[in-house]
Amino acid sequence: MANSVANFMDWVDARFPLTQVWKEHLAEYYAPKNFNFWYYFGSLALLVLVNQIITGIWLTMNYKPDAALAFASVEYIMRDVNWGWLIRYLHSTGASAFFIVVYLHMFRGLIYGSYKQPRELIWILGMLIYLCLMAEAFMGYLLPWGQMSYWGAQVIISLFGAIPGIGEDLALWIRGDYVVADATLNRFFAFHVIALPLVLVVLVFLHIVALHHVGSNNPDGVDIKKYKDKNGKPLDGIPFHPYYTVKDIVGVVGFLIIFFAIIFFAPEMGGWFLEKDNFIPADPLKTPEHIVPLWYFTPFYAILRAVPDKFGGVLAMGGAIVVLFLLPWLDRSPVKSIRYRGTLYKMMLSIFVISFIALGYLGTQPATPEHTMYARICAVIYFAFFLLMPFYTSINEDERVPNRVTS
Amino acid sequence: MRKLFVIGLICVLPSFVLASGSDLHLRHASVDLSDQASLQRGAKYFVNYCLSCHSAEFMRYQRMADDLNISEEDVLNNLMFASNKIGDTMSIAMTGKDADNWFGTTPPDLSVIARSRGEDWLYTYLHSFYIDESRPSGVNNLVFPDVGMPHVLWELQGSQKAVFKTVDDEHGGQKEVFDHFEAVESGEMTAKEYDQAVTDLVNFMVYMGEPAKLVRYELGIKVLVFLAVFFVIAVMLKKEYWKDIH
Repeated sequence: MANSVANFMDWVDARFPLTQVWKEHLAEYYAPKNFNFWYYFGSLALLVLVNQIITGIWLTMNYKPDAALAFASVEYIMRDVNWGWLIRYLHSTGASAFFIVVYLHMFRGLIYGSYKQPRELIWILGMLIYLCLMAEAFMGYLLPWGQMSYWGAQVIISLFGAIPGIGEDLALWIRGDYVVADATLNRFFAFHVIALPLVLVVLVFLHIVALHHVGSNNPDGVDIKKYKDKNGKPLDGIPFHPYYTVKDIVGVVGFLIIFFAIIFFAPEMGGWFLEKDNFIPADPLKTPEHIVPLWYFTPFYAILRAVPDKFGGVLAMGGAIVVLFLLPWLDRSPVKSIRYRGTLYKMMLSIFVISFIALGYLGTQPATPEHTMYARICAVIYFAFFLLMPFYTSINEDERVPNRVTS
Repeated sequence: MRKLFVIGLICVLPSFVLASGSDLHLRHASVDLSDQASLQRGAKYFVNYCLSCHSAEFMRYQRMADDLNISEEDVLNNLMFASNKIGDTMSIAMTGKDADNWFGTTPPDLSVIARSRGEDWLYTYLHSFYIDESRPSGVNNLVFPDVGMPHVLWELQGSQKAVFKTVDDEHGGQKEVFDHFEAVESGEMTAKEYDQAVTDLVNFMVYMGEPAKLVRYELGIKVLVFLAVFFVIAVMLKKEYWKDIH
């Protein structure tokens, strides 16, 4: 038996590098042994991606991308399809979970300097994934064809109309109609279920290829490849499998406990994951009192509204995302991890995190003069964190980084 | 398109454009989906008082019969007026055009109304009709000012008038705010009985908004217990593998 398995593997390996891939990426992929809590979110993001794809496929089997049928087909899934309600909640909660996990994953990169040389491309590929995810979430949110779906899409698409010259035509071209309508729903469906998921999967693949080429960073931000044993294996590295596969199982189950607690006991999450107004069918003649994008877009939405000029707001919102791409070159400090950075950087990071969360909150609130003022302050801090980075990371008094990982 | 953008922005602008009723304190509806008798009574009120003008296009009679433990025969004889096929959904005969003529608007479908309005809003709304001769229906509603809907439960609740008082507003002027209701004519039910009837009705609408709620909590506990056990095993497995890593 064992012999025939070995023979089969030889047969496969002569035609496809299966054993080699297994070794390079799992059994002999050496990861630093000091990964902490923050290092769960990469594998969790992958888990959520798989969840979205699988539940998405099953939803597609009963969903109707037609302005006249879409809302009813979602309710049909919720009521008449066996386990349809569970599949739908897995998908809708999964969308928010995806952003929670990805934001935490990005924050990990930020505090441990995982974007710094030689991992600039991993960061950029990650940012492309984030961008793709935003488009995916935005288009997916139109599909239930509720009031928030409809008016959210209406407002966001009309932002393109603010671009001078070509704006109005561009918005018209995106919608395929003068208002958000059946044509818009159909094309968003096409993008949401096939075009963007394909791009997303390819980008995730490249993100991991790039990561495994240079190796993982760690909470100390030291290079584990500097110190190797006589077999050429990093002294502070351990094989990803079995060590991190068993550790990630803990992370996965811990995540699933929270995930399923939400799905079974609070799938609307008090209106944050499924908005109340989205249980009213889309009505082009009735504008809701508040049009609020879902929570994961609200920091950028707050920046948009903070700028008095319409086109300026669109530029600021775009700039808030573009500036993230430049992070590897804005940071001039030789130190990667926050553990060995000076006070100045830690202070900047702290107020950045506070202002980002505040922007997220302000984006959900009506734009009163006070709210707009706070949003302006927070938007300035947001940009200051990035644009002043070359200065404060150069004059920052960093601590000495140890040669080996500390724990 | 520029206009639409502006409209969009205006909509998210200050709350001073909010209808005055929105600030009204909502009464708490103590609904209980495990109370089957309440759900059954709620179903009876719903088909008798709501289901002639409002539809519930996504709710099947069959599903209601199964979930609420009402026999199909009972449903066919006592709860179905617009159809005689148990697999049908709760649709109505009134057309949107007629509705527009009679009420000035089309009554919304109520299938998921509990999910968009919330149970407390519905409970308060059904308590807040008051006599207002200036309205075509003779009544107005505190939480939904100038609503087209007449007070269909007036036989049960009786009629009441709203007493307003004058207070200073924040701009130094004065404004009228609602103070309390005063019963004008008593109905078939006492106030307490009416509270219960509305609770039953709202309870039914919460169920109707998401029938899966009846199984969701129960299944959720099983799933979480399984995951909790799995978590302990996963932690032990991880510790076992990692004991030689320092």
